[in-house]
Amino acid sequence: MIPQKPLLKLEQVDKAFERGGQSSVVLKGVDLAVEKGEFVSIIGHSGCGKSTMLNLIAGLTRVTSGVVFLENKVVDAPGPDRAVVFQNHSLLPWLSVYDNVRIGVDKVFFRTKSRAERHLWTMEKLELVQMAHARDKRPSEISGGMKQRVGIARALAMEPKVLLMDEPFGALDALTRAHLQDQVMAIHAGLQNTVIMITHDVDEAVLLSDRIVMMTNGPAAKIGEILTVDLPRPRKRLELVADPAYIRARQRVLEFLYERHGFVEAA
Amino acid sequence: MTRPLINAEALRGAVKVTRAGSVPLPSDAAPPAAPPARYDFAGAALKQAKAVATAVVPPLIVLFLMLVFWQLATSAPNSSLPSPTKIWADSKDLIVSPFFNYGPQDLGLGWRVLVSLERVAYGFGLAAIAGIALGALVGQSQWAMRGLDPIFQVLRTVPPLAWLPLSLAAFRDANPSAIFVIFITAIWPIIINTAVGIRNIPQDYRNVAAVLRLNQLEFFWRIMLPSAAPYIFTGLRIGVGLSWLAIVAAEMLTGGVGIGFFIWDAWNSSRLSDIIVALVYIGVVGFLLDRLVALVGRIAARGAPGV
Repeated sequence: MIPQKPLLKLEQVDKAFERGGQSSVVLKGVDLAVEKGEFVSIIGHSGCGKSTMLNLIAGLTRVTSGVVFLENKVVDAPGPDRAVVFQNHSLLPWLSVYDNVRIGVDKVFFRTKSRAERHLWTMEKLELVQMAHARDKRPSEISGGMKQRVGIARALAMEPKVLLMDEPFGALDALTRAHLQDQVMAIHAGLQNTVIMITHDVDEAVLLSDRIVMMTNGPAAKIGEILTVDLPRPRKRLELVADPAYIRARQRVLEFLYERHGFVEAA
Repeated sequence: MTRPLINAEALRGAVKVTRAGSVPLPSDAAPPAAPPARYDFAGAALKQAKAVATAVVPPLIVLFLMLVFWQLATSAPNSSLPSPTKIWADSKDLIVSPFFNYGPQDLGLGWRVLVSLERVAYGFGLAAIAGIALGALVGQSQWAMRGLDPIFQVLRTVPPLAWLPLSLAAFRDANPSAIFVIFITAIWPIIINTAVGIRNIPQDYRNVAAVLRLNQLEFFWRIMLPSAAPYIFTGLRIGVGLSWLAIVAAEMLTGGVGIGFFIWDAWNSSRLSDIIVALVYIGVVGFLLDRLVALVGRIAARGAPGV
């Protein structure tokens, strides 16, 4: 038994989408508990419903049956306590980098922080992702990696209980991606926050996560296996390459994805 | 994508045509010589002058040729329309001094245009507010669209002046009736374009708003308006053009001091030269109105995609 109540809990969650009178089951019977401070990755082939799972936790879509609990409260709507880093950054193009973060800060801390405090808080989060220098730039003027960093700053600035990341580095080149992974690790080490990340990159999952949730193929996908990554932090990507524990973990995930649940291309 | 309310693409296309009507700057075809060591001020000034000249000279030449042709075509003594030189002789005071004031019956055209513009400002301003609000409703709500869209589609085809008898009967006064006609003429493209713009707000922005828990009003100001701004301003540009068309027609019927009534009055006293001068005024003002709204749109929608 787990001694303390988990921060986030999914209980027998089903999700089906209705389209044209036909119902297609995406997720079936998903159970998951995430502890405070944990970094959990969800990995699976495309179409297995991992983004749907994140949207359910975020409250952007509603469960068909089952319950999502956050601190023992039922999740039924989106909110800043489950801030999302979207796959394609989703910064508002008419706002500056600063205002993109500030809009969330103003919303969440309107009552609890003064104007000056909100300004400092915004700048602090921009500095955390090393984007303070570009505060007055517009999203169209900065690179993809920078946009994603601002997206992370915006999410962190809401001080979420769970940070949700939907393939945050999927659209980036390999070098930028490695750089951002290191930053996310550093931020997680500093804040000890709870993170759930969707990914389809095995190395990324093993490098960043405390636990890796592996999804079976859809339709009616469920959690196939959960792997605990027993690697000490801070983790260094260069040292890990030769680490036997790292290699074992990587092997387990690859085996799951390509041997037991190989992606079946729809004919 | 859902079915667009009307072919907004076509409407926007219409605007683009007028924009394309202005002479495009030719792309610099000449390959640059060896890069200059220092910034070449004289060369830059020359380039600038060249750009201005390519934009200004062709229309001037065409205008000159048109005037020559016009002069030749109407120079016969029994010609039914006045020639440019005759217009100059007849209506020199109207052309040279737009702001003379010799009593309410004898005003410069500048004053008359301003009176008409005031009516347009009221009518178009109301149409902009109501049109954006209604367009937001239709764009946001499936049920509002189902209920209102067919009605809008029917009403928008009613010619502006067909509304005038009804509005005269309702308001019992010429001025509010003219304003109403402008309002009802300008509102349809604003509603329709706003609705299309709002239906095209990316789901990502809606998700961001949902996570931030923006309320309806915040969503309207911070997401909806900026995101749909390019569409809204396209609607406003079409609307302001239509309202300028409507004011002239409406004033012909309602009387008063506006530029529209001036034309009607000049026709009744056979002052054809005055009418032609008034037409030029109307055209130039309409052009400036369009440019003004486009400029405001560019400033307002800075940074939004598609601008």
